[in-house]
Amino acid sequence: MEPFITLTSRTVVLPAANIDTDQIIPARFLTTTTRSGLGERLFADWRYDEHGAPRAGFVLNQSAAAGCRILVAGRNFGCGSSREHAPWALIGYGFRAVISTGIADIFRNNALKNGLLPVIVEDAIAAWLMAHPGAVVTIDVSHGTLALPDGTTASFPLEPFARHCLLEGVDELGFLLAQSADIEAFERRA
Amino acid sequence: MASTPQTLFDKIWQRHEVSAESAATPAVLYIDLHLVHEVTSPQAFTVLRERGLSVRRPELTLATMDHSTPTATAQVFGGAPIAVDAAARQVRELEENCRHFGVELLGLTHQQRGIVHVIGPELGLTQPGKTIVCGDSHTSTHGALGALAFGIGTTEVTHVLATQCLLQRKPRTLALNVSGRLAAGVTAKDLILAIIGRLGVAGGNGHVIEYRGETIAALDMEERMTVCNMSIEAGARAGMIAPDETTFAYLAGRPRAPAGEDWERSLVRWRELPSDRGARFDRELDIEAAAVEPMITYGTNPGMVIPIGGHIPQRPGDAAFARALEYMGLAAGEAIKEQPVDVVFIGSCTNGRLSDLRTAASVLRGRRIARGLTMLVVPGSQQVKRAAEAEGLDRVFLEAGAEWRESGCSMCIGMNGDVAGRGQYSISTSNRNFEGRQGPGVRTLLASPLTAAASAVRGRVTDPRELCATA
Ligand code: SF4
Repeated sequence: MEPFITLTSRTVVLPAANIDTDQIIPARFLTTTTRSGLGERLFADWRYDEHGAPRAGFVLNQSAAAGCRILVAGRNFGCGSSREHAPWALIGYGFRAVISTGIADIFRNNALKNGLLPVIVEDAIAAWLMAHPGAVVTIDVSHGTLALPDGTTASFPLEPFARHCLLEGVDELGFLLAQSADIEAFERRA
Repeated sequence: MASTPQTLFDKIWQRHEVSAESAATPAVLYIDLHLVHEVTSPQAFTVLRERGLSVRRPELTLATMDHSTPTATAQVFGGAPIAVDAAARQVRELEENCRHFGVELLGLTHQQRGIVHVIGPELGLTQPGKTIVCGDSHTSTHGALGALAFGIGTTEVTHVLATQCLLQRKPRTLALNVSGRLAAGVTAKDLILAIIGRLGVAGGNGHVIEYRGETIAALDMEERMTVCNMSIEAGARAGMIAPDETTFAYLAGRPRAPAGEDWERSLVRWRELPSDRGARFDRELDIEAAAVEPMITYGTNPGMVIPIGGHIPQRPGDAAFARALEYMGLAAGEAIKEQPVDVVFIGSCTNGRLSDLRTAASVLRGRRIARGLTMLVVPGSQQVKRAAEAEGLDRVFLEAGAEWRESGCSMCIGMNGDVAGRGQYSISTSNRNFEGRQGPGVRTLLASPLTAAASAVRGRVTDPRELCATA
């Protein structure tokens, strides 16, 4: 993985609360056996009508969405199934961060493991972002802060080990494999 | 320190710490049982191949196929090709991966195949005190037997395959105390739907729930599984119930449960697991069982739930709420009862076990489903299917006009060919009513097998207590 240190981008706003992983990537696309190609299916049933034509009213189909790498969403984003296809689809589309007042546990874990940054903010910050779609914001991973265009900054929680992995561009598997002596010792005790 | 009272969760967690968490790193948690299925594993096996890794403990790993597999007998046993091409590829890829990495597979035609959360307990692999994971959020089901069981993503599936461990921060604990008795016609499904209605779909985030109290102790094993299954629908990663005599009686004699002296030794360990008196939970919540009524959802998440005799709430100014009702084609303030339904689905890891099928059959015996209605009854496993057939339940369903299928996730998740039509109303005993979950544009109403079967008879949302009273 590439190191993730800072990110500056315009935002796309999806204000709905409780956007579940079946909306992010509908189950019928989970028959894939690879990680790639899911970006085109992101929010498929909101993005396309039953004939596969883009729905003009949906935010990702509007020209302002092009190139945006930060998604701002309503509370409890990513609830529901554990499918890692959800962060794969968001990343495949081009997102690198999701900002919300709440992000579901399994989705948050899955996102971090793929370099998609979950950013949990207070209500006031979320309300400002919702009211200003397309605002350019900067996320700083090492300090765990988010900067709004007017200079306001807010901090967000980031598990220290996940932060380390993001900054160094390493994954957890290497760390776990390096624990093999401890794991063997545990297996002997058990 | 040894005298500090511990919760069930604390005990299992502590016994599985390869190393405890620190400020800088999460705990390394050892996993006793890893269940694998065709949808969330292919990319994990690919990483093993890319990195030249093997499966560390194949004997602690069991694979099956359930999500994308067909339920039509001709496609499972009759040699007909699997109708969904990509699903056929997934099935083949799991077969190949299991062969290559030496993982046991209960494949498409295996007698013990079934939904992963049905077969774990059924085989006796799910046991008190174990840590159990699967690339599936309803892994919480296994907590009904006093295990710590939770869903993981595919990257974590790779971690467990390669190291038998996961990196985890310790979650918080929530004691859900349920007291009193469930009324007649009110099931475990109604209880968990009522709990989700109280907690909300994010109310359990960051927590492991322990369901406690006299009501829970009085539930049988399959009812407990229904309750723990839907913990994730309240946002909790895991739900657990202390093991007791009900648990031990359920496990005794199962093919992969301990036997002989090993059984006796296991019992001693299992009896030490329940939370100690005075153990501290991070949060507590009390629920009165007697107040629970048959529940049904009206919206697009499981927290949008009301008693079956109730009215859809009004939430002026809530755009998401309005959008959900628009999708459902329902109006705020209106009653849910008597809403016409097109499809009824009995099955899933929530309500696809033998007792669920018996309940549904008890309503349908001697009756027919409404004209124009489609009803699918899909057993949770092949063993459930055979047991139901031995009791003649299949004939009850067929004579009532329902379809009787091979086991699998089926219409719980629209990815195996079993879907309802756009705009149709489906009463489903599954666990998720998200937009499109049962097919694009399908409107799902979650309910108990009793409510679903009663509604099938009338072709309308029906309070099962009323149907049975007029019988
Ligand atoms: S039955 Fe439904 S919820 Fe259960 S494992 Fe299958 S798809 Fe998931």
